[in-house]
Amino acid sequence: MTITSNARSLPIVRSAVEKMASLEGFAADDAHELTLAIDEALANVIKHGYNGQPDQPISISLEPVRSADGRAGLSVAVRDRGRQVDPTTIKSRDLAEVRPGGLGVHIIQSVMDEYNYSCPPDGGMLLEMKKYVSKHVAPGEQIGS
Amino acid sequence: MASETSSLVREIRKQPESTVVVLAGDIDLNHSPSLHSALVDVTSERPKRLLLDLREVPYMDSSGVGTMVEVFRRVSAYKGKMVLFGMNPRVRSVFEITKLDRFFTICDTEEQAASA
Repeated sequence: MTITSNARSLPIVRSAVEKMASLEGFAADDAHELTLAIDEALANVIKHGYNGQPDQPISISLEPVRSADGRAGLSVAVRDRGRQVDPTTIKSRDLAEVRPGGLGVHIIQSVMDEYNYSCPPDGGMLLEMKKYVSKHVAPGEQIGS
Repeated sequence: MASETSSLVREIRKQPESTVVVLAGDIDLNHSPSLHSALVDVTSERPKRLLLDLREVPYMDSSGVGTMVEVFRRVSAYKGKMVLFGMNPRVRSVFEITKLDRFFTICDTEEQAASA
Protein backbone atom coordinates (compact mmCIF):
# COMPACT_ATOMS: atom_id res chain seq x y z
CA MET A 1 0.00 0.00 0.00
CA THR A 2 1.06 3.57 -0.50
CA ILE A 3 0.12 6.28 1.97
CA THR A 4 0.89 9.96 2.25
CA SER A 5 3.29 11.14 4.91
CA ASN A 6 0.45 12.26 7.18
CA ALA A 7 0.32 10.93 10.73
CA ARG A 8 -3.42 10.47 10.30
CA SER A 9 -2.59 7.55 7.98
CA LEU A 10 -0.86 5.58 10.72
CA PRO A 11 -3.93 3.91 12.27
CA ILE A 12 -4.90 2.58 8.84
CA VAL A 13 -1.53 0.92 8.42
CA ARG A 14 -1.57 -0.43 11.99
CA SER A 15 -4.94 -2.03 11.39
CA ALA A 16 -3.82 -3.63 8.13
CA VAL A 17 -0.59 -4.95 9.66
CA GLU A 18 -2.41 -6.44 12.66
CA LYS A 19 -4.81 -8.25 10.35
CA MET A 20 -2.07 -9.60 8.11
CA ALA A 21 -0.03 -10.71 11.12
CA SER A 22 -3.06 -12.56 12.44
CA LEU A 23 -3.53 -14.32 9.11
CA GLU A 24 0.11 -15.41 9.16
CA GLY A 25 -0.27 -16.94 12.61
CA PHE A 26 1.41 -14.30 14.77
CA ALA A 27 0.44 -14.33 18.44
CA ALA A 28 -0.98 -11.08 19.79
CA ASP A 29 2.31 -9.97 21.40
CA ASP A 30 4.32 -10.62 18.24
CA ALA A 31 1.71 -8.89 16.10
CA HIS A 32 1.87 -5.85 18.38
CA GLU A 33 5.67 -5.72 18.14
CA LEU A 34 5.54 -5.97 14.36
CA THR A 35 2.90 -3.25 14.18
CA LEU A 36 4.87 -1.04 16.56
CA ALA A 37 8.06 -1.41 14.52
CA ILE A 38 6.33 -0.49 11.26
CA ASP A 39 4.57 2.41 12.97
CA GLU A 40 7.91 3.69 14.28
CA ALA A 41 9.50 3.31 10.83
CA LEU A 42 6.72 5.35 9.26
CA ALA A 43 6.90 7.98 11.99
CA ASN A 44 10.64 8.35 11.36
CA VAL A 45 10.02 8.83 7.64
CA ILE A 46 7.36 11.46 8.34
CA LYS A 47 9.48 13.33 10.91
CA HIS A 48 12.97 12.99 9.48
CA GLY A 49 12.72 11.85 5.86
CA TYR A 50 10.09 14.38 4.90
CA ASN A 51 10.55 16.91 7.73
CA GLY A 52 6.85 16.80 8.51
CA GLN A 53 5.57 17.44 4.99
CA PRO A 54 2.19 15.64 5.01
CA ASP A 55 1.72 14.96 1.29
CA GLN A 56 4.71 12.83 0.33
CA PRO A 57 4.53 9.15 -0.68
CA ILE A 58 5.49 6.22 1.54
CA SER A 59 5.10 2.68 0.22
CA ILE A 60 4.73 -0.26 2.57
CA SER A 61 4.77 -3.85 1.40
CA LEU A 62 4.34 -7.01 3.45
CA GLU A 63 5.13 -10.45 2.18
CA PRO A 64 4.85 -13.84 3.89
CA VAL A 65 8.22 -15.51 4.46
CA ARG A 66 9.64 -18.52 6.30
CA SER A 67 12.57 -18.61 8.71
CA ALA A 68 15.38 -21.10 8.27
CA ASP A 69 13.71 -23.32 10.88
CA GLY A 70 10.35 -23.15 9.16
CA ARG A 71 8.52 -20.52 11.21
CA ALA A 72 6.06 -18.23 9.46
CA GLY A 73 6.93 -14.57 9.24
CA LEU A 74 6.47 -11.34 7.41
CA SER A 75 8.95 -9.42 5.33
CA VAL A 76 8.32 -5.68 5.38
CA ALA A 77 9.65 -2.97 3.10
CA VAL A 78 9.18 0.73 3.81
CA ARG A 79 10.17 2.92 0.89
CA ASP A 80 10.19 6.69 0.79
CA ARG A 81 11.43 9.47 -1.46
CA GLY A 82 12.69 11.67 1.33
CA ARG A 83 16.09 12.76 2.54
CA GLN A 84 18.81 10.15 2.26
CA VAL A 85 20.83 9.31 5.35
CA ASP A 86 23.98 7.22 5.59
CA PRO A 87 22.60 3.89 6.85
CA THR A 88 25.63 3.40 9.10
CA THR A 89 24.59 6.47 11.09
CA ILE A 90 21.14 5.08 11.92
CA LYS A 91 21.66 3.69 15.40
CA SER A 92 19.82 3.27 18.65
CA ARG A 93 20.76 5.84 21.27
CA ASP A 94 21.90 5.25 24.84
CA LEU A 95 18.76 4.51 26.82
CA ALA A 96 20.45 5.45 30.09
CA GLU A 97 19.88 9.03 29.00
CA VAL A 98 16.21 9.58 29.83
CA ARG A 99 14.82 12.00 27.29
CA PRO A 100 12.15 12.02 24.59
CA GLY A 101 13.05 11.27 20.99
CA GLY A 102 15.33 8.78 19.32
CA LEU A 103 13.48 5.73 20.59
CA GLY A 104 11.99 4.56 17.30
CA VAL A 105 15.19 3.00 15.94
CA HIS A 106 15.75 1.25 19.27
CA ILE A 107 12.26 -0.23 19.12
CA ILE A 108 12.75 -1.45 15.54
CA GLN A 109 16.08 -3.03 16.38
CA SER A 110 14.69 -4.61 19.55
CA VAL A 111 11.58 -6.27 18.17
CA MET A 112 12.45 -7.20 14.57
CA ASP A 113 14.48 -10.31 13.74
CA GLU A 114 16.19 -8.65 10.78
CA TYR A 115 16.43 -5.07 9.56
CA ASN A 116 18.45 -3.24 6.96
CA TYR A 117 18.49 0.39 5.86
CA SER A 118 19.71 1.30 2.39
CA CYS A 119 19.84 4.25 0.00
CA PRO A 120 18.38 3.24 -3.38
CA PRO A 121 20.20 4.86 -6.32
CA ASP A 122 17.05 6.68 -7.45
CA GLY A 123 16.67 8.50 -4.13
CA GLY A 124 14.93 8.17 -0.77
CA MET A 125 15.41 5.41 1.78
CA LEU A 126 14.48 1.75 1.94
CA LEU A 127 14.02 -0.09 5.22
CA GLU A 128 13.65 -3.85 4.92
CA MET A 129 12.67 -5.84 8.00
CA LYS A 130 11.61 -9.36 8.89
CA LYS A 131 9.83 -10.78 11.87
CA TYR A 132 8.97 -14.42 12.48
CA VAL A 133 6.46 -15.90 14.86
CA SER A 134 8.00 -16.71 18.22
CA LYS A 135 8.91 -20.29 18.95
CA HIS A 136 6.79 -20.38 22.08
CA VAL A 137 3.41 -19.59 20.50
CA ALA A 138 0.79 -21.72 22.20
CA PRO A 139 -2.30 -22.99 20.39
CA GLY A 140 -5.27 -20.65 20.84
CA GLU A 141 -3.06 -17.68 21.64
CA GLN A 142 -3.48 -15.99 18.30
CA ILE A 143 -5.10 -12.63 17.84
CA GLY A 144 -8.83 -12.68 18.29
CA SER A 145 -8.90 -15.92 20.23
CA MET B 1 -4.75 31.23 29.56
CA ALA B 2 -6.97 29.20 27.26
CA SER B 3 -6.90 25.51 27.96
CA GLU B 4 -5.19 23.37 25.38
CA THR B 5 -7.41 20.58 24.12
CA SER B 6 -6.69 17.06 22.97
CA SER B 7 -9.17 14.52 21.70
CA LEU B 8 -7.40 11.99 23.92
CA VAL B 9 -8.26 13.80 27.16
CA ARG B 10 -11.58 12.38 28.25
CA GLU B 11 -11.72 13.84 31.74
CA ILE B 12 -9.71 15.93 34.19
CA ARG B 13 -10.56 15.46 37.87
CA LYS B 14 -9.02 17.99 40.20
CA GLN B 15 -8.82 16.79 43.79
CA PRO B 16 -7.17 18.37 46.84
CA GLU B 17 -4.08 16.17 46.71
CA SER B 18 -4.00 15.19 43.07
CA THR B 19 -5.22 15.76 39.54
CA VAL B 20 -6.36 12.73 37.57
CA VAL B 21 -6.27 12.95 33.76
CA VAL B 22 -8.24 10.22 32.02
CA LEU B 23 -6.93 9.47 28.53
CA ALA B 24 -8.72 7.47 25.83
CA GLY B 25 -7.52 6.46 22.39
CA ASP B 26 -4.27 5.68 20.60
CA ILE B 27 -1.34 7.87 21.64
CA ASP B 28 0.64 8.07 18.43
CA LEU B 29 2.43 10.61 16.27
CA ASN B 30 -0.91 12.03 15.18
CA HIS B 31 -2.14 12.78 18.69
CA SER B 32 1.00 13.23 20.79
CA PRO B 33 1.53 16.95 20.00
CA SER B 34 -1.96 17.97 21.14
CA LEU B 35 -1.75 15.66 24.15
CA HIS B 36 1.57 17.21 25.09
CA SER B 37 0.02 20.69 24.97
CA ALA B 38 -2.97 19.59 27.02
CA LEU B 39 -0.82 17.97 29.71
CA VAL B 40 1.52 20.97 29.85
CA ASP B 41 -1.59 23.05 30.44
CA VAL B 42 -2.55 20.77 33.35
CA THR B 43 0.93 21.03 34.87
CA SER B 44 0.78 24.83 34.74
CA GLU B 45 -1.46 24.57 37.84
CA ARG B 46 1.25 22.55 39.54
CA PRO B 47 -0.76 19.65 40.94
CA LYS B 48 1.20 17.95 43.73
CA ARG B 49 0.38 14.61 42.20
CA LEU B 50 -0.49 14.08 38.55
CA LEU B 51 -2.13 10.73 37.88
CA LEU B 52 -2.56 9.64 34.27
CA ASP B 53 -5.29 7.06 33.76
CA LEU B 54 -4.32 4.90 30.77
CA ARG B 55 -6.98 2.22 31.10
CA GLU B 56 -8.61 3.30 27.86
CA VAL B 57 -5.40 3.72 25.88
CA PRO B 58 -5.09 0.67 23.62
CA TYR B 59 -1.89 1.74 21.88
CA MET B 60 1.10 3.99 22.48
CA ASP B 61 4.16 4.60 20.30
CA SER B 62 7.50 6.22 21.10
CA SER B 63 6.08 9.71 20.53
CA GLY B 64 3.60 8.97 23.32
CA VAL B 65 6.35 7.70 25.59
CA GLY B 66 8.33 10.84 24.75
CA THR B 67 5.35 12.97 25.73
CA MET B 68 5.22 11.18 29.08
CA VAL B 69 8.93 11.88 29.62
CA GLU B 70 8.50 15.59 28.86
CA VAL B 71 5.53 15.94 31.20
CA PHE B 72 7.36 13.99 33.90
CA ARG B 73 10.23 16.46 33.67
CA ARG B 74 7.88 19.40 34.10
CA VAL B 75 6.22 17.84 37.14
CA SER B 76 9.56 16.92 38.68
CA ALA B 77 10.84 20.47 38.14
CA TYR B 78 8.30 21.83 40.63
CA LYS B 79 8.83 18.82 42.96
CA GLY B 80 5.54 17.18 42.06
CA LYS B 81 4.94 13.50 41.40
CA MET B 82 3.59 11.90 38.26
CA VAL B 83 2.16 8.39 38.26
CA LEU B 84 0.88 6.30 35.36
CA PHE B 85 -1.76 3.68 36.01
CA GLY B 86 -3.98 1.19 34.20
CA MET B 87 -1.63 0.38 31.31
CA ASN B 88 -2.59 -2.60 29.22
CA PRO B 89 0.23 -5.11 28.52
CA ARG B 90 0.85 -3.70 25.04
CA VAL B 91 1.36 -0.17 26.28
CA ARG B 92 3.48 -1.42 29.13
CA SER B 93 5.66 -3.35 26.68
CA VAL B 94 6.64 -0.11 24.94
CA PHE B 95 7.91 1.26 28.26
CA GLU B 96 9.76 -2.02 28.86
CA ILE B 97 11.37 -2.07 25.39
CA THR B 98 12.59 1.49 25.89
CA LYS B 99 13.69 0.70 29.49
CA LEU B 100 11.49 3.51 30.77
CA ASP B 101 9.42 1.21 32.98
CA ARG B 102 12.24 1.63 35.52
CA PHE B 103 12.02 5.40 35.32
CA PHE B 104 8.29 5.98 35.77
CA THR B 105 6.09 5.09 38.70
CA ILE B 106 3.59 2.69 37.15
CA CYS B 107 0.62 1.28 39.06
CA ASP B 108 -2.24 -1.01 38.24
CA THR B 109 -5.06 0.95 39.87
CA GLU B 110 -5.95 4.53 40.72
CA GLU B 111 -5.96 3.66 44.43
CA GLN B 112 -2.38 2.44 44.20
CA ALA B 113 -1.39 5.46 42.14
CA ALA B 114 -2.88 7.85 44.69
CA SER B 115 -0.58 6.51 47.40
CA ALA B 116 2.48 5.59 45.33
